[in-house]
Amino acid sequence: MIETALAFALGCFSLGTLLNFWRMTLGPTSADRILALDTMVINALALLILYGVYQGTPVYFEAAVLIAMVGFVSTVAYCRFELRGDIIE
Amino acid sequence: MPDIIEIVISALLVIAGLFGLIGSYGMIKLRDTMQRLHAPTKATTIGIGSVLIASLLHNYAVQGHLSFHELLITLFLFLTAPITANFIAKTYMAKHVAEDEVPDSGRDYGWTVYDDPPMSAPDPVTDPKE
Repeated sequence: MIETALAFALGCFSLGTLLNFWRMTLGPTSADRILALDTMVINALALLILYGVYQGTPVYFEAAVLIAMVGFVSTVAYCRFELRGDIIE
Repeated sequence: MPDIIEIVISALLVIAGLFGLIGSYGMIKLRDTMQRLHAPTKATTIGIGSVLIASLLHNYAVQGHLSFHELLITLFLFLTAPITANFIAKTYMAKHVAEDEVPDSGRDYGWTVYDDPPMSAPDPVTDPKE
């Protein structure tokens, strides 16, 4: 039963990543693109953790923590750049 | 693995997949950037939280002891999602919303998106005497 649910969740998040990619190419504003990229990072995180459950190893959590932090920092950096034209003033 | 834990994990995974898909689909379907901000920041956050709780339970069922890595990621994401949303909203407002469209800030100075914060250095163009 868990295998079926895992396959379903993996499919949902993969489809979600494709939809994010669509929004990222479509735009139309830069805020949309940043939002799509941020959601893509969260979806990638979910895929990574689901793959960890599928494989039965806790190795992927370290990578998940790193991706979560890098994703947040990069989103804030993009927004700062759009807002102020500079990341650290 | 007991049946009840298996059912709970499967239900959490299905809920997570649905919420993640709804969050990403909402970003395609909604019409305005400010509306689109709602779908991923709320639905996807619930989705990832559900995935992480399912993973926590699965680890507990397989290995027999709780690990708190997942809770750490959940906490981090739930803390950073509103900050991200606020930053993206400010990015949109700075370019597409005029200053007179937003309500008054009720302070001596305006919103920081349009005005610099009060502690900032004086601008030599607007304040030549400083």
